[in-house]
Amino acid sequence: MENESPKHGKVWLWLDERIGLSDLAKLVKKKEVPLHRHTFWYYFGGMTLFLFMIQVGTGILLLLYYRPSAGEAFESIQFIMTEVEFGWLVRSLHSWSANLMIFAMFMHLFSALMLNAYRRPREMTWLSGSGLLGLSLAFGFTGYLLPWNELAYFATRVGTEIPGILPVIGPFLRRLLRGGDDVTGATLTRFYGIHVAILPAIVTVILGLHLFLVQKHGMSRPPSVEKSSDEKKMPFFPNFFLRDLVGWLCALGLLAALAAYYPAELGKKADPFQPAPIGIKPEWYFMAMFQTMKLLPSHILGIEGELLGVLGFGLVGLVLVLLPFLDRRAALARWSLWPTAFAIALIAYSIVLTYLGYTMSPTK
Amino acid sequence: MAHEGSTAALDNGRRKFLNWFLSTTAGAFLISVTYPLSRYLIPPKVEESTASTVTLSIKPNDVKANTGQIFRFGSQPAILIKDTNGELKAFSAVCTHLACIVQYRSDISHIWCACHNGHFDLNGRNVEGPPPKPLEQFAVNVRADQIVVNKRG
Repeated sequence: MENESPKHGKVWLWLDERIGLSDLAKLVKKKEVPLHRHTFWYYFGGMTLFLFMIQVGTGILLLLYYRPSAGEAFESIQFIMTEVEFGWLVRSLHSWSANLMIFAMFMHLFSALMLNAYRRPREMTWLSGSGLLGLSLAFGFTGYLLPWNELAYFATRVGTEIPGILPVIGPFLRRLLRGGDDVTGATLTRFYGIHVAILPAIVTVILGLHLFLVQKHGMSRPPSVEKSSDEKKMPFFPNFFLRDLVGWLCALGLLAALAAYYPAELGKKADPFQPAPIGIKPEWYFMAMFQTMKLLPSHILGIEGELLGVLGFGLVGLVLVLLPFLDRRAALARWSLWPTAFAIALIAYSIVLTYLGYTMSPTK
Repeated sequence: MAHEGSTAALDNGRRKFLNWFLSTTAGAFLISVTYPLSRYLIPPKVEESTASTVTLSIKPNDVKANTGQIFRFGSQPAILIKDTNGELKAFSAVCTHLACIVQYRSDISHIWCACHNGHFDLNGRNVEGPPPKPLEQFAVNVRADQIVVNKRG
């Protein structure tokens, strides 16, 4: 024992012999973060992870009182909001953290895009990241229905109708999503199962892969920095990690303030035999798509406008996912204009349409 | 040498057979898992209400002119409208765009969908906004103080 490193106690040594703590410690010590003028953007991945952990925690707490049926879902959330101590806080944190997580994720996506982080050898990191974004949007969409209120009901009717527009497989997909021909209690149970079991299981695997790849390849340095042969670095632990923690603390503060001052609303219980309420709208991250569907005319060149809209969204998504393979110059570690232009155009389009979605008169 | 060569050929044949046997078994196992799984995920057909006629609980004289209301037609929502001339009309209330439930706008005498701002006139025609098709119209008959709505054709 005297030969062992004196800075570790007996417990550490006991554990080290059995699970290999020193290997882990070596791994942590090895990890470094490149320092350059774009280092700031590295924080958003960790931020997304932090907010995801909050989602897991608050989500598990909500499970203890939530009841996934058309007859009880709304009432059980009413119970959480009014009777359960701090129930309002747990639900509001879950709802706000979901929004902040999607926001952090978009920041992470667009910064990785603009800094060309997707280029060789990180194509799989990019692909797994886009998978995680898709899964997060699916989390948002399925979670939105669970309160079984008016907004949720119609958002789900519209959302599940959208794949239904596709020729041939559309009606089948719609039935598969809804668990029947209409949005009913069967849809609620299905979305609940997807939200609390299927998506978490898939996310665990893909997130594991994503984080593994980030460790394997290290942080990507943008081409401009790579060229300058500026090799400044900072150890990840504890230097960068502590900075990460400061960011997380800020996010937690913002989250607590939002949850306390703007607790999540519940609205009216869903009624499948009432008209859609005036001013109905989806979550903000679906707003640009929603507004596009609103503005598209019924027919464009003889094709139904809605079909063109859906195909357009699909195409943009596909370009985004396949970016590492479409950007040939990036493979040669050279910066190319079009992905940046594409990203800026996408951001500008989303901002304008989202703005219109929130400001245009709902009855005109 | 000749003996060794034939053993190798024999081994090779055995190897091929075993590989083939193993992979078909694995394939069959995979199918026996995925087939029931995929069938399980597809929701069973529920007997759809085939009602082609419905008698409303509301009396014709209780419906005010220039108003609309949702009623149940089988498992689907439908809308009953009394126009400014006092004529009763009924349509499917499911918007032909993205399946939201429409409402009657008395200020413009249109059937209107709040989701994506689709307008239909009182013949169910899609006159403004994104809906690609007209609403299905039903026949309304007043018999002995009762409103009876029928599917057409």
